[in-house]
Amino acid sequence: MSDVSGTVRERLTIGRLGEGNIRRRASGWWGIMMLIATEAFLFVYLLFSYYYFAVQHGRAWLPDELPEFRLSAPDTAILLLSSVAIWFGERGLRQGSRLRLLLGLAVGLVLGIAFVVIQYMEWMSKPFGISSTSYGSLYFTITGFHMAHVVAGIFILASLTLWSALGYFDRTRSSTVHIGVIYWHFVDAVWLFIFFTIYVTPRLGLG
Amino acid sequence: MAVTEYARQPKVETVSEAIRRKLLELWETKPGLYGWIASVDHKEIGIRYIITAFGFLMAGGIEALIMRVQLAQPNSRVVTPEAYDQLFSMHGITMIFLYALPVLSGFSNYLFPLLLGTRDMAFPRLNAFSYWVYLAAGLFLYASFLVGSAPNDGWFNYAPYSSHQFNPGPNMDFYALGMVFLGISTTVGAANFLVTVMRLRAPGMSINRIPIMVWGTTTISVGNLLAVPAVSLAFFLLWLDRQFGTHFFSAAEGGQPLLWQHLFWLFAHPWVYVVVLPAMGMVSDGLPVFCRRPLVAYSLVVLGTITTMVLGFGVLVHHMFATGMPFLALSFFSGASFIITIPSAVAVFAWVATIWAGRPVITTAFLYFASFIPMFVIGGVSGVMTAAVPADLQLTDTYFVVAHIHYVLIGINVFGVLGGLYFWFPKMTGRMLDERLGRWNFWTVFFGFNLAFLPMHWTGLMGMPRRVYTYPADVGWTTLNLITTIGAFILAIGIFLLLVNVVKSLKNGAVAGDNPWDAPTLEWATTSPPPPYNFPVIPVIASRHPLWEDRLQEGTGHSSISRGIVLDSGKEAIATTVIDAEPDLIIKMPEDDPWPFIVTLAMALGFVGLLLNWWWMAAVGGVATFVGIFIWLWPRADLAQRVEPANE
Amino acid sequence: MRVREEPHKRGFWALLGMSLCAGVDPAHAAGPMYYLQSFGSRGATIVSLTWGLFILAIVVVVVMTVLVIGGVFSRRDPTPRAIGMPIPVTRGEGSLPWIYGGLILTAVILVAFVVWTVAAMASISAPPTKPRVSIDIIGHQWWWELRYHDGDLSRSFASANEIHIPVGEPVGLKLTSGDVIHSFWVPALSGKTDVIPGRTNDTWIEADKPGVYRGQCSEYCGQEHAHMAIKLIADPPDKFKEWWDNQLQPAAAPVGKEAKAGEQQVLIRCGICHTLRGTPAGGQVGPDLTHLMSRTTIAANTLPNTPGYLSGWIADPQHVKPGNRMPRLDISGTDLALIRSYLLTLK
Repeated sequence: MSDVSGTVRERLTIGRLGEGNIRRRASGWWGIMMLIATEAFLFVYLLFSYYYFAVQHGRAWLPDELPEFRLSAPDTAILLLSSVAIWFGERGLRQGSRLRLLLGLAVGLVLGIAFVVIQYMEWMSKPFGISSTSYGSLYFTITGFHMAHVVAGIFILASLTLWSALGYFDRTRSSTVHIGVIYWHFVDAVWLFIFFTIYVTPRLGLG
Repeated sequence: MAVTEYARQPKVETVSEAIRRKLLELWETKPGLYGWIASVDHKEIGIRYIITAFGFLMAGGIEALIMRVQLAQPNSRVVTPEAYDQLFSMHGITMIFLYALPVLSGFSNYLFPLLLGTRDMAFPRLNAFSYWVYLAAGLFLYASFLVGSAPNDGWFNYAPYSSHQFNPGPNMDFYALGMVFLGISTTVGAANFLVTVMRLRAPGMSINRIPIMVWGTTTISVGNLLAVPAVSLAFFLLWLDRQFGTHFFSAAEGGQPLLWQHLFWLFAHPWVYVVVLPAMGMVSDGLPVFCRRPLVAYSLVVLGTITTMVLGFGVLVHHMFATGMPFLALSFFSGASFIITIPSAVAVFAWVATIWAGRPVITTAFLYFASFIPMFVIGGVSGVMTAAVPADLQLTDTYFVVAHIHYVLIGINVFGVLGGLYFWFPKMTGRMLDERLGRWNFWTVFFGFNLAFLPMHWTGLMGMPRRVYTYPADVGWTTLNLITTIGAFILAIGIFLLLVNVVKSLKNGAVAGDNPWDAPTLEWATTSPPPPYNFPVIPVIASRHPLWEDRLQEGTGHSSISRGIVLDSGKEAIATTVIDAEPDLIIKMPEDDPWPFIVTLAMALGFVGLLLNWWWMAAVGGVATFVGIFIWLWPRADLAQRVEPANE
Repeated sequence: MRVREEPHKRGFWALLGMSLCAGVDPAHAAGPMYYLQSFGSRGATIVSLTWGLFILAIVVVVVMTVLVIGGVFSRRDPTPRAIGMPIPVTRGEGSLPWIYGGLILTAVILVAFVVWTVAAMASISAPPTKPRVSIDIIGHQWWWELRYHDGDLSRSFASANEIHIPVGEPVGLKLTSGDVIHSFWVPALSGKTDVIPGRTNDTWIEADKPGVYRGQCSEYCGQEHAHMAIKLIADPPDKFKEWWDNQLQPAAAPVGKEAKAGEQQVLIRCGICHTLRGTPAGGQVGPDLTHLMSRTTIAANTLPNTPGYLSGWIADPQHVKPGNRMPRLDISGTDLALIRSYLLTLK
């Protein structure tokens, strides 16, 4: 053990230190937290805009047919399941199983793609467009921003799947996996807020 | 040079020539054009930021001088109304977005690793990227002049005048897309500062030992992360309104013009603190050096900085007092706007106390830092006047507010930056700025600025509205405007003298040495200019003023600067815990990398495509961006981001 | 919840405001757009608060500047120092109580002003009595459309740009915009209220002295924002009634061949954009011209309304106000004379 004189009260001892990207101590982990903070606020401002319109205009602002749960509820379930799958894969990595990691990532990826497809189907089923009314503008913009984040997340998961298949990660050198996974969980959590705002609040009397 | 071990014990040694040589070889930027494009050295990037920001300062200044010529006389015809509208809009945009924050980012970029006792920022490639995007976005915005369609609705860009119906040309599209582009630079820069402060401090530099300038930039970086999305979103929604006929801000079909104002001010009010808090931090670090004593009430100043930023999110509606808000909202935001004075006042009292409790040594830097204080107070009290709703309903949108904003922007940001330049120029270049020329520079700037803007308060009280390209002869504004114009030109001469001083001193200024000011913080413990690796060994810190310890006898022990942690297995730094700065991890730092530059080019292509509505070009740019980021982030063995194949 | 002030409280603020500018009438104010003095009770409340803040500001600036200059001069170390040579460093304690003291004093003063502010806001939020006269003001790029009401629906009429109000009683204002955001502001009488499309802002104004009050649009609204001024005339009650009755009349019928020919020209060339009540001209794009000559200025208080300026304006509106919506029509000299002779009859 080598030591360096630091304070009068104690000497600072420097022992063995981790080297490089260790689990969740890499700089990139802190970086993705910063990204999540800023993107979270992007959605805060998007939802603020929705509530601003809803409170100003009332029921007349919403479309005659309120947004339905027919597609959105299963879609939500699919997205939640994808997070579970990825969590499962991440745990597998912690226990040293590359197979479980790959399985979890792949299932999560497929479910993510399914989410996008079903969301697109819902878009197509709407009688209004982005430039029909201010409600239409907000609906497609909010869900569109979310979809863009899901697509980015899909690219991240695909990259993680590729790199895991190439054998890049083990239970210690796993920072990249944790970074990508937490981003996906973030995208999932944002969806819950969007789902609540667009599908649930109209039925609670907002707007 | 792959990393095969998961842990090691770093060596602790005294500084030696051998260590210096090895580190120089590891850290030096590659020569030539490749090195210039691919450099990830925070010092080079910081200086680029500062030079580019000063370039934009000149551009914004010239725009201002043209406006002042137009306004010197009533019913003047020097420029057309359309030209004037573009000039005042671009003047605001340039100064607020392309100068005010980037110059502070430049200083912060240069200084953070030096002040914190580490080798570089947490994300060196992202750092390079944030500069390239800033430059690209600035050029994108200025390209609008080349087609005669610069933004013309003011920097605040109110709807519905910014909509396609009233503004069919590309002016607003340049602004909207340029701001989204620039926002990327601001955001990644903020993230970089935050992670660097949280993770890359020297061992022993607990959070109560961090210089105030670092606190300033840290605080605003949190502010930026939370506020920038509001303006990026607002501009994106505006762009959608203009291109695709959505109904966010147009009053027809249910749009809400006031939503623009809410989203914009949610960002722009915190932004005004973003562009001043680091400058206040510079003064809080620089003034005590020339008063020969530590800053009075360090902890209160830190708390004041953080509180100001937090409260800054709660006063935004004070820009909208005249829009017809309900009584309760008006009272709340008025009260909050009064109260935000208190944390700002903490710093003012601390500075004054530091002067009285110290032994001031007068240099040009000191003159800038000391005169900063009355300028700050003037800007602050004129702001307090506008906090009162009934008074604001008279003062708002008049030249009173223009006087207020210039006292806070020039008085705080520019005076702080100029003082910072005189203070840190020796460290950056190894040469002192000429003191005699510095005095001429200071007094010209000081006199010109005050001549231009102090009477402007009265111009506002005489009722001159903002953003008017001319005025009649019989309203009593003529003499005041002439005085302001003369003052503006004197200020310009002062800035010119600064440039002369910089050029002259680069060539034959006095040699500075390591610590020309006998200052206490870590950046003065290394050479001027510092070597690429900053410190040959990572120091261990025991107080706020490592280089004054033996003289202050604060009883906290001795920092160890000449003997410390040797990190020479490649480009490395040490990560420490957030609060107490205990060593935690050895971090691998990237080599020079051209991908940040290439990704910027791809992004720029994408934005140009969006501007021209050439969707194929936008798509190509978008895809290229994704591919570029994918390659950039590919896990690298030498950065210990993946397992070495042999180790499987 | 709107707070109504009792008349005697309102009188106090009015008295305080008046006392700060006793004996001055609007024609002798420091400037036509100066607002540190007021000529109406609403403005008076604002004036006293603004003066209070202004005096506070000056005192604080003087005190802090003296402290800085005093500190630098009395504490400075004049010994010349070479670059890099060590200079003594002090520590010193005992400054912290001053900081706390300063903060407490600051907080107390600010809270006092918050209370004053909210009280002032309450007193100006609603007119002391219900206004008899109300004006709809619709902002356009770059002129003001006016619709006057006095409770009797049959006595409403439209006008433009130049506003008349009766002295000594509050007048209700309903503000909205026909295009972009503007702001209505007559400094000597009241603060600003924004004029926003899709939204109506209710406010009120009152003049206690007869006279002419200047105002100007105070929210950037495009190219000719600088030329969107307001002229507000406060008339004694009898003159106001006379003016109102005149405004109710349709456009004067032209007398004489020249004026009749001029009317034809105006109907053809100007009727698309302008209204002249009592004639077929019903355009809504530009100001109502029925009583054009009852106004002392044209182009939103940009030019005096004299035959010379009027002709110049009609011949080339783009010269004075480039970018405004009235096009250059290339009118021949003779036609212009005919148009002028007709318009000059529209009193």
